[in-house]
Formats: sequence, C-alpha cells, structure tokens
Amino acid sequence: MSGLTKAILVISALGLSACTNAAWDNSNTTDLNSGGAAGVADQTSPAYFQQEIGDRVLFVVNESGLTTEAQGILLAQANWLLANTDYNATIEGHADEQGTREYNLALGARRANSAREYLVSRGVAGSRIKVLTYGKERPLEICSDESCYSKNRRAVTILAGGLTG
Amino acid sequence: MRTFLTGVLLAATLMAPAGAVVAQNGPLRIEITDGVIEPLPYAVPSFVPETAAAAELSTQIAQVIASDLSGTGLFREIPASAHISKVTDFNAPVQYADWKAVNAQALITGAVSVNGNRLTVRFRGYDVFADKELDGGGLQFTGTTEGWRRMAHKVADSIYTRITGEGGYFDSRVVYVSENGPKNDRRKRLAIMDYDGANVQYLTNSASIVLAPRFSPTGDRVLYTSYESGFPQIHVMDVGQVKRRVLSTDDGIMSFAPRFSPDGRTVVYSQSQGGNTDLFTMDIASGKRTRLTSAPSIETAPSFSPDGSQIVFESDRSGSQQLYVMAATGGDARRISHGKGRYGTPVWSPRGDLLAFTKQNKGRFHIGVMRTDGGEERLLTASFLDEGPTWSPNGRVIMFTRETQGANGRALLYSVDISGRNLKPVRTPDGASDPAWSPLQK
Repeated sequence: MSGLTKAILVISALGLSACTNAAWDNSNTTDLNSGGAAGVADQTSPAYFQQEIGDRVLFVVNESGLTTEAQGILLAQANWLLANTDYNATIEGHADEQGTREYNLALGARRANSAREYLVSRGVAGSRIKVLTYGKERPLEICSDESCYSKNRRAVTILAGGLTG
Repeated sequence: MRTFLTGVLLAATLMAPAGAVVAQNGPLRIEITDGVIEPLPYAVPSFVPETAAAAELSTQIAQVIASDLSGTGLFREIPASAHISKVTDFNAPVQYADWKAVNAQALITGAVSVNGNRLTVRFRGYDVFADKELDGGGLQFTGTTEGWRRMAHKVADSIYTRITGEGGYFDSRVVYVSENGPKNDRRKRLAIMDYDGANVQYLTNSASIVLAPRFSPTGDRVLYTSYESGFPQIHVMDVGQVKRRVLSTDDGIMSFAPRFSPDGRTVVYSQSQGGNTDLFTMDIASGKRTRLTSAPSIETAPSFSPDGSQIVFESDRSGSQQLYVMAATGGDARRISHGKGRYGTPVWSPRGDLLAFTKQNKGRFHIGVMRTDGGEERLLTASFLDEGPTWSPNGRVIMFTRETQGANGRALLYSVDISGRNLKPVRTPDGASDPAWSPLQK
C-alpha cells in the first residue's frame, strides 16, 4: 500500500471518529468500506475485511440459519474483529423481494441477528455489534429470479470506527 | 308504475346469497348484491353557473362527480352529447320525458356561484322514471374555490349514498410512499393526495427510507416508519402542519408496522430485538409501552378491529406466515388462515365484517378478503407482486401496491372492489406503494 493511500484511509477514519462511536453513522461507514479498495493488502484494513474475508453471508429462501459457508465467513470475520478491536460493526440484514414488506423487515432482523450471534459465540463482544434490517428495501441485484434473489438474501457486516481508540 | 331499477351490482358482503335481488317498484336504489347485471345509467349535465366567475367550475364540478360515480363501476354516465334537455335553470322543472328518452335512470343537476373565493354548490338528484326527486332533497355546500374538488366529491358521495344506501368514499385522501429511481437505488418519500390522485402533496423528502404510512381515525395524523435515525423507527406526523416527531426513541431498537387504535390514543406496532419481532402497544400521550406477544417467532403487521377490542396480525409461529386474532390486550391468539400458501398484512375492514390480506402462493401474490373467523376466503387479484391492502372508508373498495417484475420493475397503486371487479390503477405522478386510505373527511 502506498503511503498516500494509507494516509487517505487514516483521514477517512478520523473523519468518522468526529462522530462519537455511539452515533453509528451508517452513511459514513459505507464510505469507509467501499473507499478502501486500495488497502486490500493491509490485513488490518476495512478493504481487506470486505474483500478478502468477505463482508456478507447469504441465506436460503425464508431462512435465517447459517450455511456451512456462511459460518466459515463469519468465523473469519470474528477473528478479524478480535484482532482489530478499534472497529465496531453493524450487521445489515436483507431479504429478497418475494415477501411482504413488514415480514421482510422482521426476516432481515432475524438474519442480521443470526450473524451477530455467531460472531458473539466466537468471542466478539456483543457491545461491538449492532443489527439493522432493511427488509427488501435495498436489493443489490435487480432481476426477478433466483440468480438475483440469492444475492439479495444477505447479512452484510459494515465496519464502523477504527483508529479512534 | 314501472320497474325502474335494473342496476344491480357487486357484492355488498361476501355472505350475501348469490344472485339476490333487484328491487322493484321501490325508490331508485342499487341493491348491491352478488352478481353484476349492469351499471345504473345516469346523467350529470354541467352545473348551472349563477355568477360569471362560476362558468369554468360549474363544468369541472359535474365532471368530477361523473368521474367519481362512473369510477365505482356501479354507474354509467349518459354522455352530454346524448342529452335532449339542457339544464339552464337550477329551479326550472325537470323534463323527465327527455331524460327517460335517453334512459338516464338518475339525474343530477346543480348550480354553482362564486363570490370572491367563496364557492357555493347546490344540487338535486332525481329518480327519472319515478318523476321525482331522490329522497334527501336538494343540498348546498359552501367553501373556498380552492376546495372545489372536495365539494364535487361531497355531491357524489351524497348521490352514491342515496342510491346505494351505503356510505360514500369520494371525499377522502390517500397517504402513500412516492417512489423514484431504479430498484437498487429507490428513493422514497411520503405523499398525500385525494383518493382519485388529485392534489398530490409531499410530506417528507427522500433523504431516508419511509414505509407504510397509516392514518389516524380522524385523518389528522399519520404514523409511518422512517430510517431517519439510521434505524427503522416509528414517526407520527401532523398532516395539516407537516410536523413530525419520532415515537420510539430507544437507540438501536427497531420498530415498524405501526397502526392507530380506533380511539387514536394507542399505537400497535412491531419491535425487533435480538432478531425477534413481537407486537407492542404504546400510549401516545405517555409513551408507555406494553408487550402483547412474546414468542420466538415473527409477529408483525397488526391491525385493530373497528371496536378496538381485537387485533389481527401475522405470525410465522406455525412455520409459515399466517393470520391470527387476539384480544387487544394480548394473550392467546387463534389462527384464522388455513388455506394454502402464506398470509400477511391483514387489515380489518371499517365495517368490521371482513379482513383484507396479502396471500403468497406458488410464486404469485394476491389481495384477498375473508371473514374475521377466516371463513369465505376470496382472492380478488393475482400478479407477480400485490401487497398491502387498505380499505375505502365505506369498506367497499381496496387499494393496494402492485409491483411489476424484473430489473425495470415499478410499484404503482391499484384499487379493486371487494367483489373482485373494477380493478384499475390509481393515478400517481411517480411510482407509488403502501397506500393508506383516510376516513371520509368532515
């Protein structure tokens, strides 16, 4: 990683710290995650978390149980969070469009919590992880078949904080 | 004396015996029973302008009345081009023979005067083949010129009620979520409009997601879910002043799916904690919260019965989404949906006799109605995605969201009669979802 890139990451992280950690400002945290692409090689970077470890797990239709693959990703997430205690996380749960709005909100909450419980079971302090549901309000893929639905049924771990002590 | 009523329309209740009833030799009346014969033909010539300033409005008001009545599917307008008589004096005797000749069974005449911004609308309804005025006599509405559409709706409501014996629904509003942008970047904001899509006004900007607005029993306030804080939380807005405040304030606790109790003092809603979604009520004045359910399953989409004694909601406690009814204070719930598929978003009808719901089965979505004990289930629509029914103030029409399939999928509002007839889109400037129908305005 170049020194310049590193500096940019630090600045963006400091920008975040201007909000208190308790504020959980998700508009900023999204920037942090997607803006750090150049930092993939740095294992302590959000970019590494997002791209190398994987920031999301996928679910079966109408289910919130974790597949073996999902458990593998969450285990790596847990280890990363244990090693990088400057970061907190918000887990965003999502549903595909095949459901009513309210039920999908509740289902998204279930999925996010399912991921959270796994992280906690692997030693991450519960106080570091919040959950949020978007139901079917924020699809990633927009087609109306299983190839898209399978990617939309997800729980995404969004990092917040970092380098703030 | 002859039989003058032939327009028999649409199911008043699903329980009505099929094929019932044409009134004969009685007052002009649409007996709304099962089975459709044909819409009742009527004429509403341009109202008579009694001041120079009333010229334009006198025509427009008659047009809105016609749009209301014909839009029900229960009435059919005899167009002005077919009229023999021209009504140029509101107080002159009606030429019944001329209206009989064009088979107008009902006739509506009116007069409009404008003084400054004061608008006065007078009207009368006639039972043409009985050679007499409809029961109820002439009526007069006075207001501001800005409110001319409301006055037209009130005239139409009055005529509708006199002929069907049911309450009207034209002088009502709909609050909904206006949608713009592609599916993966959808912008949502609250909007309110007249029931027919006129007079759209936006109540929020699209900076944060808003969902599922619901009117208070008097229509003065709206509950909705907003992500303004980053988390879904329940907000209440004073519609007249467009002032809003958050109702639930616990950091990180998600709440959604709010609805008012019939007395407007309590909100029933869902709260999600630790991945589990349960039902609660909140006293709006004190903020005091009461837990109604405590199951590990999802409990959401609650709706009060009109008398406030019961709540219908959806739960997946059986393994799939189904409808349940319990006392408004919580406690045991009984399952009422037993058909194939999943059932959600139940809403109690204002008449108290039916529930509207969304059903998913074999990859299709339906809007349906059933009795409050779960009997007589009847699906009214079918599409890729229909959801979120809301009742007209008189319990005759249901409005809902229909979303089309695919990458360019778009949500729009539709309405359908509880008989399943008269399915049609509701005009909105942009995409639209989550409609909630107001009570009839005062």
